[in-house]
Amino acid sequence: MTLATARGEKYAADFEALTESCPVTDWMLELRQSGWDHFDSIGFPTARRGNELWKYTNLTALDQGKFGFQLDGPGDVAPDLLRQRAPWSDDWSTLVFIDGRYSASLSQVSSGDGVKVQNLSDAADSELLRTHLGTHAAVDENAFSALNTAFLMDGGFVQIPENRDDTSPIHLLFVTTPGGSRAIYPRTLVVSGINSRSTVIESYISLGGEGGFTAPVAEYVLNSGAGIDHYRVLVENEESFHIGTTRVYQLDNSTFTSTSFALGPKIGRNDVHVLLDAPGAECTLNGLYLTTGDQHMDNHISTTHAKPHGTSHQFYKGVLSGNSRAVFSGRVLVEKDAQKTQAFQKDLNLVLSHGAEIDTKPSLEIYADDVQCAHGATAGHTDPEALFYMQARGIDEVTAQAMLMRGFASEIVDMISVDGLQDYVHGVVEEAIPRLQAAAD
Amino acid sequence: MVTPNSISRESDLSGGEYKWGFVTEVEQDFAPKGLSEDIVRLISAKKDEPEWLLEWRLKAYHHWVKMVEEQGEPEWAKIRYPQIDYNDIYYYAAPKSSAEAPKSLADVDPEMLATFDKLGIPLQEREKLAGVAIDAVFDSVSVATTYTEQLEKLGIIFCSFSEAVKNHPDLIKKYLGSVVPYSDNFFATLNSAVFSDGSFAYIPPGVRCPIELMTYFSMNAEGTGQFERTLIVADKGAYVSYLEGCTAPFRKTSQLHAAVVELVTLDDAEIKYSTIQNWFPGSKEGEGGVYNFVTKRGICRGVNSKISWTQVETGSAITWKYPSVILQGDNSTGEFYSVALANNHQQADTGTKMIHIGKNTKSTIVAKGISAGQGENTYRGQVKIMPSAENAVNHTQCDSLLVGDQCGAHTVPYIEVRNPSARLEHEASTSKVSDDQLFYLRSRGISEEEAHHMIITGWSREVIKELPFEFAMEAGQLLKVSLEGAVG
Repeated sequence: MTLATARGEKYAADFEALTESCPVTDWMLELRQSGWDHFDSIGFPTARRGNELWKYTNLTALDQGKFGFQLDGPGDVAPDLLRQRAPWSDDWSTLVFIDGRYSASLSQVSSGDGVKVQNLSDAADSELLRTHLGTHAAVDENAFSALNTAFLMDGGFVQIPENRDDTSPIHLLFVTTPGGSRAIYPRTLVVSGINSRSTVIESYISLGGEGGFTAPVAEYVLNSGAGIDHYRVLVENEESFHIGTTRVYQLDNSTFTSTSFALGPKIGRNDVHVLLDAPGAECTLNGLYLTTGDQHMDNHISTTHAKPHGTSHQFYKGVLSGNSRAVFSGRVLVEKDAQKTQAFQKDLNLVLSHGAEIDTKPSLEIYADDVQCAHGATAGHTDPEALFYMQARGIDEVTAQAMLMRGFASEIVDMISVDGLQDYVHGVVEEAIPRLQAAAD
Repeated sequence: MVTPNSISRESDLSGGEYKWGFVTEVEQDFAPKGLSEDIVRLISAKKDEPEWLLEWRLKAYHHWVKMVEEQGEPEWAKIRYPQIDYNDIYYYAAPKSSAEAPKSLADVDPEMLATFDKLGIPLQEREKLAGVAIDAVFDSVSVATTYTEQLEKLGIIFCSFSEAVKNHPDLIKKYLGSVVPYSDNFFATLNSAVFSDGSFAYIPPGVRCPIELMTYFSMNAEGTGQFERTLIVADKGAYVSYLEGCTAPFRKTSQLHAAVVELVTLDDAEIKYSTIQNWFPGSKEGEGGVYNFVTKRGICRGVNSKISWTQVETGSAITWKYPSVILQGDNSTGEFYSVALANNHQQADTGTKMIHIGKNTKSTIVAKGISAGQGENTYRGQVKIMPSAENAVNHTQCDSLLVGDQCGAHTVPYIEVRNPSARLEHEASTSKVSDDQLFYLRSRGISEEEAHHMIITGWSREVIKELPFEFAMEAGQLLKVSLEGAVG
């Protein structure tokens, strides 16, 4: 199928305009072209029968030609507004992208200890970039990885040197401003050296109420013994579309610990795949999603154990209210060689209203025999006995409900070990609780 | 079902290959190979069916042709098999003597009786000993039904499907396709067009069926697809326990089996349906074996009704089977207990669906999967809570055991909740037989194979204990025999 339809033409025209007006080095141009060719041949996925990967998520809205790529930029944003609306600390190294374009004036990068944090298009001659970019999130991974690659321009490129032992956060902040239906394609590549430690935050924030389309792709490479504490914060407005792809590649004894928080988009998808490609690697994927109104949040979380002695955890929690819908499709694949694997998978949900729907599918696919794998899933309202207990002690129902929801969410939020970030997410959850309660029944 | 005969069958087992298949030389009355509208008409005519049933078959046939063109066989299951040539299958085979249906056992072809003998079916003196009524389906035509008189006194109807079409057309017309419509899925649609025979049971209001009803499915003629159709209706306040035991003769070519089972319970009624499936799993090298593509579904139509599926699946090259319950009546209950074993090159993709529609509906799923050799075992189950299902409760537990490092064990649950008052719990685990447990038994002088068997039997107990007693004994033996050679 080619996109030679009225609907697909918008993306094709955007791609042509980009190719003409934004020259990049040859290898990047080739990469872009391969991304486009691939997208052009497969198009957007459809939630048709039998399409397991998109069984629960319908993306027809993306195919209407509503969203366009913005060549110029970045636009202006007041620094104070950023500090107010986005997670921020002056102690962090922060790269700011406004509507997909790098803003040097808003970014602040602390130099020292050998860490390189730079805009991707400024590092076109980096051999490391060339080696890894598009390798772990390949163009044939999915339509959005292909589309993102086709529009490759700005993004975060982080290199962590060997043996670095400092966890001061590196923050990649992708902001969408009001005005217009933009399609933006943020890109992130983080390569961490042997036995290094680092903390990386990716955040996606919208400043206006208008809907845009964000299709980020992030690639993380962990060399032997490397450790990354990763945070992904998605706080976009209720009209936006967000289809994110994260690919993590881990070598021996590396540790990837990720906490994801999602609030907002009209349709959101968080597609994460971790490949444990050497013995002794460990990964933890935690997440919290809050949905209300007509929102739709799809968590597509998968871990592949390719080698022995790996450990993985998937732990997601959701609170659903209004007419919203959330999906958790977790997958753990243990390949034949991956003996002594331990894998755990859990998805717990609070469903607060009759209009809400949770579809959870924690699946295990196991080809090795000496393994310990377990998974669990639950769905239900807040515990009536816990409510009664609190009401019997003079706490009114609304407050008691809020306390239970807060407690439920805290289990994930408390895992955030960056102070400024934890406060930010706590604040967002606090703000969201009354809205979730108002739409509950 | 254990009879003196079946016990002796089990005792002389050796070598770990399929032992319970016997090929009997019985002359078959075949319709030509292949499927067409004419074949459907022929099947219907041979069975002397009323016009409405023929029309129903034809509707199914045309729908199936459309499905073949538009989407083909379902591909979502985790199974692999060579393309099935639907025109290389006999859709109708009846024992030649069918022109004059046997009136008593004395009239039955002695060779056929000998086959039943080998299968251990107690038709003559053994019938009382076994205490079950058997509607033996021998390659599509029911040969004899026992205990009918005793059941008739209670108003219970238990007969072959074809007899039911003749004698109880109203009931068939009312319930056929009411749970699994002719357009349901590829294999159910095929079955609806060409189903050969099967069993029908109706338990009238307030009656508790005093014996366990039982059918034996066997597949005999080479290259014969079997398309059974079973319909069980438990009227208000009725109860029945139904056993389905399976064994097929040793055959080289793969055989397609696409059955449909429909269960209906009205107010306060209960159906307990137990299956032991031990069809030819193919050779150790993965040649041949039965393709078991079965649609089984029950509907708890009335309030306080209950449907319980228990299955022990050790046979077939491929099992594609999801016994389901639609919980429509308020306070109704659905249960699914399963042990599925995949050894050598067997593939099993099995599980259940629990669709909660009524208030206070409850479902329980306990699924145990054992993978050995190069077997692939997948639990695939769906629990769906509709917005109307206030206070629905589900508990699901699925455990997998891996024996050997060449096999696969997969768990794919789909949980869809659309009501906030629902309470759902799902848990699953996958591991191998614990070294500690093995060591404990070995240090007490128990051989490794025996120790494995003990552990696996114990691990499956939660499901086995749901089976009627005679079946439970056979199930334990079956697991043991099916796992022979997988350890050590």
